[in-house]
Amino acid sequence: MVHAFLIYTLRAPHAEDTGFCRVLYSCVFGAEKSPDDPRPHGAERDRLLRKEQILAVARQAESMCRLQQQASGHSSVDLPPQSSDEPASLHEAPHGAFRLAAGDPFQEPRTVVWLGVLSLGFALVLDAHENLLLAEGTLRLLARFLFDHLRLLAPSANLLLRADRVEAILARFLPHGQLLFLNDQFVQGLEKELSAAWPL
Amino acid sequence: ALSAGSACLIPRFREIQDEELSRFCSRVVKLLQKDPGAEAVDALRRLFLIVSATKYGRKLEKPCVDLLQATICSPACPEQLQLLCAAILREMAPSEGLNLSCDHIQKSRTLSLAASVLLAQGDRQDEVRSVGQRALHLLEARQTEGPGPRALLPVVSKVVSLAPGTLPEAQADMLHRRLVDWLRYASVQQGVAQPSRGFFSAPRTRQPGPVTEVDGAVATDFFTVLSTGQHFTEDQRLNVHAFSMLRTWLLFSGPASRDASDADDRSELEGSTLSVLSATSATASHLLPPQQQLRAGAFEYCQRLLEQSTRRALRKGDSDLQKACLVEAVLLLDVLCRQEPSFLYRALSCLKALLGRLCGDPAQARTLLPIARYLLRHGEAAAVDSEAVCQHLFTSVLADLFPNPMLAFEFAQFCRDSLHLFNPDQGTFKLSFPNLFKLLAWHSPALTSEFVVLLPALVDASTAVEMLHTLLDLPCLTAALGLQLSRSSPTASERPLWDVSLRPTSCLEGFRDPEFQGLFQYLLRSKAGGATKRLAPLHHLLQPMASCARVVQCAQAVPTLLQVFFAAVTQVASGDLSAQLALVLLERSNSLFQVPQYEAQVHRVMSSQLLALCRLRPALVVELARDLLEFVGTVSGIRSRESMFTAVVWAIGEYLAVSYDRRCTVEQVNRFFEALEALLFEVTQSRRSATLPPYPPQVVTVLMTTLTKLASRSQDLIPRVSLLLSKLRALPQGPAMGSVPRDEDTDAIRMRATELTNLLKMPSVAQFVFTPGMEASTPRFHRDANTALPLALHTVSRLVDREAGLLPA
Repeated sequence: MVHAFLIYTLRAPHAEDTGFCRVLYSCVFGAEKSPDDPRPHGAERDRLLRKEQILAVARQAESMCRLQQQASGHSSVDLPPQSSDEPASLHEAPHGAFRLAAGDPFQEPRTVVWLGVLSLGFALVLDAHENLLLAEGTLRLLARFLFDHLRLLAPSANLLLRADRVEAILARFLPHGQLLFLNDQFVQGLEKELSAAWPL
Repeated sequence: ALSAGSACLIPRFREIQDEELSRFCSRVVKLLQKDPGAEAVDALRRLFLIVSATKYGRKLEKPCVDLLQATICSPACPEQLQLLCAAILREMAPSEGLNLSCDHIQKSRTLSLAASVLLAQGDRQDEVRSVGQRALHLLEARQTEGPGPRALLPVVSKVVSLAPGTLPEAQADMLHRRLVDWLRYASVQQGVAQPSRGFFSAPRTRQPGPVTEVDGAVATDFFTVLSTGQHFTEDQRLNVHAFSMLRTWLLFSGPASRDASDADDRSELEGSTLSVLSATSATASHLLPPQQQLRAGAFEYCQRLLEQSTRRALRKGDSDLQKACLVEAVLLLDVLCRQEPSFLYRALSCLKALLGRLCGDPAQARTLLPIARYLLRHGEAAAVDSEAVCQHLFTSVLADLFPNPMLAFEFAQFCRDSLHLFNPDQGTFKLSFPNLFKLLAWHSPALTSEFVVLLPALVDASTAVEMLHTLLDLPCLTAALGLQLSRSSPTASERPLWDVSLRPTSCLEGFRDPEFQGLFQYLLRSKAGGATKRLAPLHHLLQPMASCARVVQCAQAVPTLLQVFFAAVTQVASGDLSAQLALVLLERSNSLFQVPQYEAQVHRVMSSQLLALCRLRPALVVELARDLLEFVGTVSGIRSRESMFTAVVWAIGEYLAVSYDRRCTVEQVNRFFEALEALLFEVTQSRRSATLPPYPPQVVTVLMTTLTKLASRSQDLIPRVSLLLSKLRALPQGPAMGSVPRDEDTDAIRMRATELTNLLKMPSVAQFVFTPGMEASTPRFHRDANTALPLALHTVSRLVDREAGLLPA
């Protein structure tokens, strides 16, 4: 199952270290068990820890993406925007996976699958022995739907103030972190339902 | 540009002050109560961003929080508002002010929304159990055969994965039975389109027709995730959800079930007759307990998927799904066989057939990994050879498919997970390290941490020397792999494999040149053979590629891996092997691929590991005396490998003594003395020269100290050393170079020379100080007042000072 889904910023591979990786959106599906903490403000500390865990994942995924881009000789992630087309085949987009050991930063060992599309990064934090083919496919699907339904290629695109759409997409394609085996027709059906309920 | 616009909102929203937030909350409350329309949506979106933009908690007013909770629980509210309310509450979790309870929720959708909030609380108040109970209660009640169950299955799946084995058996049984229904008995007719609300609303009674397979043929058996059609019925959708959660459910729904990963004993077939007979099918098994019914149903579903995956899908998305289904089916079979060994025979025969089909297809390589794992775990029980598939994986698959980042990662995972299952006699795993290292060479950032775990398992005394050379040549391997790829895919110009500005055409030509064939073949070999080849000509040829990003990334990983290698190899190294490894370090210290900063980093590791080897086996220094002498022979070698030089000289000083090895002769000591004396002379000459940069003071002091140590063992040499030391004490200040004053360095040298001279004034003490023998490493040596070294040194220095005070300067 999926523990968390996140969207974060990607810097161009050869940019100087100006700015930093930001998490634009994250959704944790069912939290790890909170430690027994009798001190006051335990809940706040807990929340702080979770946010930092997510940020740590985003940073590592971003760094992996940059390193992969550099290694394959791409000088820039930002391709000229194609306003109405789908971002050039998601199968060509940089992607990969890495492992997180127990305690670093989650209690359980986890696997992260990441995908970089233009200057946005998408990642799934998975339980340790998950079906990575399915996870990878789901991540591409989510990225495609997010780009389409949030019109992320448009010049004034803004994802931060449209969390409801992101939630709607996740509710259908990754409910409570459950990866779904969806064939093409099934996906089309869900897409129609989404467009009907949430007109663009 | 895309995310920059987005991201700069975040600081603004973080800066919203508490007062302003409090007013905003009141506004939200008003809007939600009076007019839950577009304005309310906009306000909630902003509220979500305020709460999620910061990692520090934001306090929302209680009326606001209560209203958010109420909105989730009222089914009449539009989905948009409910999703936002749930998201806001989830973002604030864990929060102590939450009084949301699922105990009275009647609708599945409501429970699903509430669950997303409750399961995020961290189970402080047993929320996981209560959500699970409620979900199962609603499933049991069968109130709505509409979309109800579909919303609940993911909740149940999440609950059991968060809290495995905590479901009451009766409820688990209920869901076992329903899952069998959904998995095996979904309709095989396509669904009807939702009636459109258009003008022409008279529904046409048109038979939808049967579902089809992914290749367009009519479905041949029961409905699965690989069955398709224009529209789907609700039970078909449930089929998809049921299968999606099946593995999680099987693993975690049982009482105190064994953890998935630790039940790794090779399963044994208990009583072959019994197993064959007891493998019954779900359809004829109404008398079986529900859990076993489900397992039987799951088994049949897997078999069906395996059959369906042989079809050629018409759409790419379906073809990708087939691969994912194959993997899932194999993973499920593994779980089922662990839970019920009676499935083994049938599973093995299915998988053997599958294997035959997949082995030749590079597109299916990732699917082979779980099959291999399955065979390693269960194969022995039925005498199925897992060796063949492992061979295929470790040779062809690695050699041809290493560039794929997901395959590389999954392969490394497969190795990690299967370490204890590989047959040590067959050696397939250990001897494949040249091929495995290709994954590392190509994807070093992602896989270095995996190889830190794998490397110790690959280390073997018979291949250790070869492995050390291979590790040192890893960046060279990266470059060679790049050439190999560019040669085999001529369309590489579309997708450059490395920075195009470098244009390594000479390297490509060299790759095709017969002169270098043998070396490239060796570098790119699949198996360890024990023999090694020196790749210095390739280092030279591939020099233009040494600053490629991928090569540099690989070079950065090597020092860590060398440390891991040595930590592992010292566990199994005999004296002979230690000597061989030390020689490799000496030899390779000036024969490395010249990647920027690579040499300096590797030298650091090499010198510390050389010292470690000598510390473990001091006799090495005497054994390798000839090679060490050659190493320190010329002054020209010093600058390029200073850390190695210092380490070697130090080791000579420490360990060239009869107390460490009886074979140490006076002639040897003298020979070393003469060589080092000559070096020290040359080195100190350069200090006086205004044109040559001086050698670092560490070089001078280590030479002095070692010479003194040697002299303390062969006391005829003492006068010569004393002469040397007195010259060094009289060193003039060297010319100041640039802004760095030379004083400190010269001072340090003079001070050391003085200390050493003082010690030599009492030769027997000097001997004791410089060659304390093995006992010096025991703590008692330092606590015992009679033998303590610090005490002796202290006494000596006091005596000498007193003496110096008495004698004329």
